[in-house]
Amino acid sequence: MNYDLESLGELLRALPPAPSAWVQAAQELPPRRGALDDIVARAERDVEFRRRLLADLESALAAEGYDAEPPVLDALRRRLAPE
Amino acid sequence: MSSLIEPTDAQLVERCRAGDDDAWRTLVERFSRYVHAIIVQGFRLHGADAEDVFQDVFAKVYENLGKLRDDDSVRPWLAQLTRRTCIDRLRAARDEAVWDELESPEVDETLARLDDALTVRDALASLSADCREVLDRFFARDESYRTIGDALGIPAGTIASRISRCLTRLRGELTGRKVEAPTSG
Repeated sequence: MNYDLESLGELLRALPPAPSAWVQAAQELPPRRGALDDIVARAERDVEFRRRLLADLESALAAEGYDAEPPVLDALRRRLAPE
Repeated sequence: MSSLIEPTDAQLVERCRAGDDDAWRTLVERFSRYVHAIIVQGFRLHGADAEDVFQDVFAKVYENLGKLRDDDSVRPWLAQLTRRTCIDRLRAARDEAVWDELESPEVDETLARLDDALTVRDALASLSADCREVLDRFFARDESYRTIGDALGIPAGTIASRISRCLTRLRGELTGRKVEAPTSG
C-alpha cells in the first residue's frame, strides 16, 4: 500500500459513512431477532397462525398486536418461506 | 491525546457470540462503511437494492457468527459475504449477460482498494479524537474547512495545517514509525 499523503487522503475518502438509518437498523438486529424468533416459534406451533401469516403477513401480525418494521417483515418472509 | 483502546475484531466477535448487544452495535459501526462501500462502489447497487443487501449482510453475519472458524478473520469473511450477497441480488435481477462482469478484475481492484481503505481507517482509530474528527470530516464526509471549523470551534484557516499534521501522524501509524508532531491536534 502506498502511504504518501495524497493516497492516504484518497483511501480515507473511499469509506464515507453508510446512511445512519441503515446502520441503526442493523444495530437493532438482536432485539428484533428476539421478536422474530417468537413469531416463528408460534407459527411452528400454530398452523392457523402460520396460514394467516403466509396469506397476508402484515395484516396477520397487526391483528395479533405485533408492530413489525420492514426489516423484520423481510426476515420473516425468508424464514417462513417453504424450503 | 491517545484514543481509548478499541476491542480487536476477535474480541468483538467473541462478545457478540456471548450475546453482548453493545458489542454487536460496535461491530456494525466498525464495518458499516466497508460493507456499504463494497455494495455501492464495488457492485454499483443503489437505493432500496443497496439497503436490502446491507441489512441482509448483517442479518447473515448475526446468524452465522457461530460458524466463523477464526475470530480474527471476520473482515475477509464479511467482505466475501457482502460480495456473494451483492452477486446473488444482481443475478436475481438481471440477465445472464452481466454475470461475467460480476466477477471482473475491476470488481477485484475496487474490493482490494476498499480493503486498503479499511486498514487506513483502523489506523485512524489510534490517533487523537481531534485528528480522527478532522480527517473524517474532511475526507470521508467531504465537509468544507468552514463547516469543520464551525463544528469543532476552531478557525477555518487552521484546518489545512491540522489535516496535514494528522495525515502525517496517520502515515506514522501505518508505517510503524513514531512521527513527532505538534500536540495541538
